[in-house]
Amino acid sequence: MTTNGLSGNRGRRRRVFNRLMNVLIYAALVAAIIPLVAIVGEVVIQGLPQINLGFLTGLPRPPTIPGGGIFNAIEGSAVMVGLAALIAVPLGVGAGIYFSEWPESRLSFISSFTNDVLAEFPTITLGIFVYLVVVLTTHTFSAIAGAIALSIVMIPIVARTTEESLKLVPHTLREASMALGIPRWKTVIRIVISTGKSGLATGILLSIARAAGETAPLVVTALWSVYPVTNLWGPTGSLPYLIFYYGLSPYQIWHGYAWGGAFLLVVFMLGLNLSVKLLIGRRFAGVRAEI
Amino acid sequence: MSSSKRIRRRGIGGDQILKGLVAAAAILIVVLLVALAVELINGASLSLTTFGLPFLYSTTWDPYHDVFGALPFIYGTLVTSALALLIGLPVSLGVAIFLSEKAKGYRLAGYVLGTLVELLAAVPSVIFGLWGLFVLSPNLKTYVEAPLHKYLGFLPIFSANPIGLDYFIAGIILAIMIIPTVSAVSRDVLNAVPNSQREAMYSLGATQWEVIRKSVLPYARSGIFGATILGLGRAVGETMAVTFVIGNSTAISSSLFAQGYTLSALIVNQVGESTSPLNASAIVEIALILFGLALVINVFARLFVVRLTRGARFRA
Repeated sequence: MTTNGLSGNRGRRRRVFNRLMNVLIYAALVAAIIPLVAIVGEVVIQGLPQINLGFLTGLPRPPTIPGGGIFNAIEGSAVMVGLAALIAVPLGVGAGIYFSEWPESRLSFISSFTNDVLAEFPTITLGIFVYLVVVLTTHTFSAIAGAIALSIVMIPIVARTTEESLKLVPHTLREASMALGIPRWKTVIRIVISTGKSGLATGILLSIARAAGETAPLVVTALWSVYPVTNLWGPTGSLPYLIFYYGLSPYQIWHGYAWGGAFLLVVFMLGLNLSVKLLIGRRFAGVRAEI
Repeated sequence: MSSSKRIRRRGIGGDQILKGLVAAAAILIVVLLVALAVELINGASLSLTTFGLPFLYSTTWDPYHDVFGALPFIYGTLVTSALALLIGLPVSLGVAIFLSEKAKGYRLAGYVLGTLVELLAAVPSVIFGLWGLFVLSPNLKTYVEAPLHKYLGFLPIFSANPIGLDYFIAGIILAIMIIPTVSAVSRDVLNAVPNSQREAMYSLGATQWEVIRKSVLPYARSGIFGATILGLGRAVGETMAVTFVIGNSTAISSSLFAQGYTLSALIVNQVGESTSPLNASAIVEIALILFGLALVINVFARLFVVRLTRGARFRA
């Protein structure tokens, strides 16, 4: 009897084992959090000292001349992410509305499944697709191609969060509106969307945060330019490409550009993610982690 | 009478317009995936017809002689992803168990720690790469790889002299990157295990670990499997972080400390730098292989496992 309980020899073994597994679980937690602290810490230590007005407004210089800045990358990122949002938000929100308001249709099932698969796709394959379709046919790397690639990254995120937030709108609201004789399209736009708009906004913000950090699709579509954006059909710089290209270069001064750019990107991403999580509520904030 | 009819008809028209517009967006998503497949197959056709099936198991990648094979890259992708799962899965499970079983009485602590792990997923992959190259790689090389090589160098997997750009470091970076995904999905799966399942074991006098091991984990088995597959998908497709630390060597080595290559890193490094149409086509075929891998992994994860927990995932 006692040999099977928590006292006695066998019981001690079980208690010690329980304690051991406890230690391992806490060790796993620490192991998962250390990288975040280490990465953010390193980016702040290396990147923050780079930041000054000249860095934000200047242009990159050859690796032997100190000073200079990364305005071209900041501007290029803003232009391409902005354009991508213009493409992805209407399409993503539209598809999300369809998934949530017509969930029974076969198209909804197929498209929603495809959307899930697309959301997890290696973004480099999306980039290659745009490279083949846009870059090769127009014979130039361009901001437009980069924006299209980023929009393909964003659409599944926007569509999924739109669907999830509209599904949370109670059905009684839709029924009440229909009972008043309001047509369905008006119900969807005026009642359903306006009730679920904070969830929609969350999804859009998270998709923007995600697109701003995407590198692989831009490497094969927008490439890089050390000049400010004057032509949407020409190669265009971006923060992620700056980090990639200058980080892998052999020059100390260029590494400074990379860390400074990394600092700006981390501040932007973590700021957006944290504010979404804290301000709009935690209901949708977990979505970023999984999409 | 007639006016109400008109209003109704107009209303129906609006319904059809709205439905048509949003259905078009839904159709576009399907078209996108199909177009992706078609374009990749199209772009790879020259390489497909030139090399045929042996492309998959040929080890030569020689732009100078226009001979191409994908095995070094498939091998690198599989080795680094396997390493990522081997290290990332136990850690993720530990985090998930902590968040669902241990943090229950301490909501704030659980919330803060859970948020920290989730934020790791918000860090762009190129920053993982930068950090991996300048911080992780020199440290791992000095404190982990060098001792392993010195004392266990007779084992093939530790045989190469570490220079800090290799399968091992790429695998570690990938392990870190899949932790948020795998732990978040596993946590939701564990949270969905009914409490009666735990209480029954406790009432028999089990310790907490015994409850977790014998009662909670078996119940959540299929969901955890799905989380693992999703993590594998992440690791296989991850590009930028790996590109920084994989070493870019087209040779295949049995040593984890040797320089290698992955499918994704090859695409990023060589697109636009091809020396011949056949070379360009071979690179697209590499993308096609990655596409196929990702498709199989993700469809598998969705079809068999993740569906069970999808509702829970998005309530996070």
